[in-house]
Amino acid sequence: MSNIVVDKSKVPWWVSNVIVPLVNLTLALLVSGLFVFIAGENPIEAVKLIIYGSFGYIQGFAYTLYYTTNFIFTGLAFAVAFHCRLFNIGGEGQAYIGGLGVFLVAINLSFLPVPIVWLLAIFGAFLFGAAWAYIPAYLQSKRGSHVVITTIMFNFIASSLMIFLLVDVIRDTNQMAPHTVKLPEEIWLPSFEAFSGILGIKIRYSPLNLTFLLAIASLFFVWFLVWKTKWGYEMRAVGHNTQAAIYAGISPHKNIIIAMCISGGLAGLLGVNEILGVSHKIQAGFPAGYGFTGIAVALMGRNHPIGILPAAFLFGILYQGGSEVTFEMPNITRYMFVAVQGLIILFSGALENLFRPQIESFFVRRLNREVNV
Amino acid sequence: MVSPILELTDINKSFGHVQANKNINLKINKGTIHGIIGENGAGKSTLMSIVFGLYQANSGSIKINGKEINLRSPRDSIINGIGMVHQHFMLVENFTVLENIILGFEGETVFGEKLQKAKEDLEKLCQTYNFNIDLDATISDLSVGFRQRVEILKSLYRGAEILILDEPTGVLTPQEVDELFKILRSLKDEGKTIVLITHKLIEIMDLTSEVSVMRQGEMVGHTKTEDTSKEQLAEMMVGRSVLLRVDKKEIKKGETIFKVNNLSVKDDLDVTRVKDVNLEICSGEILGIAGVTGNGQTELLEALSGIRKVESGSIELFGEKISDQNNFLNPRMLKEKGLAHVPEDRQRMGLISDFKAHENLIFGYHDQEPYSKSAILNNKEITEYSNKVMQEYDVRPNSPNLITSNFSGGNQQKIILSRELNENPKILLVGQPTRGVDIGAIEFIHQRLIDMRDKGAAILLASVELDEILSLSDRIIVMFDGKIVGEKENKNVTDRELGLLMAGVA
Repeated sequence: MSNIVVDKSKVPWWVSNVIVPLVNLTLALLVSGLFVFIAGENPIEAVKLIIYGSFGYIQGFAYTLYYTTNFIFTGLAFAVAFHCRLFNIGGEGQAYIGGLGVFLVAINLSFLPVPIVWLLAIFGAFLFGAAWAYIPAYLQSKRGSHVVITTIMFNFIASSLMIFLLVDVIRDTNQMAPHTVKLPEEIWLPSFEAFSGILGIKIRYSPLNLTFLLAIASLFFVWFLVWKTKWGYEMRAVGHNTQAAIYAGISPHKNIIIAMCISGGLAGLLGVNEILGVSHKIQAGFPAGYGFTGIAVALMGRNHPIGILPAAFLFGILYQGGSEVTFEMPNITRYMFVAVQGLIILFSGALENLFRPQIESFFVRRLNREVNV
Repeated sequence: MVSPILELTDINKSFGHVQANKNINLKINKGTIHGIIGENGAGKSTLMSIVFGLYQANSGSIKINGKEINLRSPRDSIINGIGMVHQHFMLVENFTVLENIILGFEGETVFGEKLQKAKEDLEKLCQTYNFNIDLDATISDLSVGFRQRVEILKSLYRGAEILILDEPTGVLTPQEVDELFKILRSLKDEGKTIVLITHKLIEIMDLTSEVSVMRQGEMVGHTKTEDTSKEQLAEMMVGRSVLLRVDKKEIKKGETIFKVNNLSVKDDLDVTRVKDVNLEICSGEILGIAGVTGNGQTELLEALSGIRKVESGSIELFGEKISDQNNFLNPRMLKEKGLAHVPEDRQRMGLISDFKAHENLIFGYHDQEPYSKSAILNNKEITEYSNKVMQEYDVRPNSPNLITSNFSGGNQQKIILSRELNENPKILLVGQPTRGVDIGAIEFIHQRLIDMRDKGAAILLASVELDEILSLSDRIIVMFDGKIVGEKENKNVTDRELGLLMAGVA
């Protein structure tokens, strides 16, 4: 048991929000390095490969940013719900259903002017994701069914529902595989290589597309919503102290639903990246775990957009750099990188406060000495 | 000269930056009742927690009977004959008295002989000190007064020679206080030493033979009780002279503002806590509700402020029916009608401790102009307003961006009061306005409430502090078991009379 008592008001913000996460991350990477070593590879080489794979060449960097885009959406999704103290574990399912929204809007309205189709498809993604989150939200606020349980179950339901649709309803009947037809090419979101063409650089294919800017805009949106509007204020009030919220005339019911719907909507935006931007069709299982990793991104980013951006970028690096490592180092399988992610989640989530008191008290003492001198 | 039973020398203790105890010296003589008095946050409880081994001092020494000892945990203290009765009892509710007392000192895996022995010892103890406790009763069936006795008995059974009581009377009726004092006196007569921590001057004068005064972490004086007076002690506690009585003008009673007819309210466990209550409050008057905690005051205030559903009966505001069992106005609508509410439990309800002070200063008013406009919060207005009211109410430190949990209890209470009084409400519901607040701030809060009354507000004040009820109210009602058991004009009422009503005796 730690007996260190730190006066929180004296801890500079950068110690709690920068130093502590960095220490946790470093520890996770050190332990990961140990695993790499046990697997019979050189950890230093592995790090070099990760850095080269994610930054070393322009295509690799584009891949990193593409992954970052997905993690921003799912990280923000988790964070928004968390400010209302709701653990939305259902980002995966909400993203899946969000993808359905994008596709249905885009394929049915593709005759409209292209930017309008884009806007409506984004709206569709948000709406479908939000609708999928609405049901657990309703069950939580009215029936008290815990949102952790229901959102997990809704991931499975979403998955089954989509398989059913992809096999029996919206499958491309010219193909055996469970995916839809491709969207008409005119309404695809411009990819990074299209832009680089304008700039006169020639690069090879990458999945990075215009959705990246939507992700950046979403960061601003969430920051503004949570800290600058009365809705965010009320959501946080309900999250911190439901009793007090009721006293102040704030409805917990309403705010649980709003928070979950915005959360689900943000997760749904992942569908914009994957479907309007990259594959242009719905493939079975396209959310591929981004929804779950988003939880780690949010935890690492301390549920604040300013933290989520670097956290999402870090996971982007791990995804992209990791695939480079598994390609070059035969002893390291891609499951190893799942373990690395797991370690990061462990250290920055579950063990978040392991060293916090020591680090904070260290800096408080240091800074005071400076003041006294 | 005999060495004192407990001697503290140069005790220092700090939490982060806050120095809770500074060079404390204290001598307590055997067989005395020694009072330690000070405002909230003066460091009394910290000091006693050090003596009980809950905290370790940063420096300084503790001697018992002249022998220096090292207290690393409560177990060490118990072995050295120190017992403590905490403000919040440490009892397992669904265990019997006996089970609670032997908890941690069972002495054997399968209960048998030793349990029987313990029971016999305890029965003897009960007889010696007149405890009058059934050892096989379940704690949850016992009243607060009896639970406290169980705590005292527990300490004695564990061999306590020095018994520390932390604010023992906060939860008791005046009659229960008398009983407690009787027990404490008989303990003293048997040679036990008692340390009484309190902020109530009257208890010090009644009970103790010696008293030590603490202020802001320092020991500011020791004296024999017979050589001092309440006024003198109060001055030492606060560091200046204090007005113990509130001056207020003659009442100017106006029209009836709030009327409650045959109101019944249930709590969360579906138990009826308010039973058929009728009351009226007029503008320009303070109606005090006296009563022991848990007799329906909480639920009454919650129903009146729209937080809790009305079971039957109705509530009228300005002659218009606002709530009955079918409809009720929510807190926001009531606010718009000019009702403000300072809730009993500020941590649980009055504010959000993780929010910044300025966020709490608009709590409940956050969707009104100028604090927000078309759903967007106006930071500039909020900060300006926060600076203004924090200055006006002397909230320390005056920093609107500080997280609220970093303010002391009294300053948190000022944050709530400034928020609720700022809109000049026509009717004000106030629960325990000065709970855990130090004397200086109490004076200020009382003055504010009187000012509101003089401006014509109708005020309903619920408090467990009889002094507070007596010094502020124009009219007093007493609640017992959910019912109003008495109503008196506040003229020549004594705390005895009220005490009997509160206990449900009269």
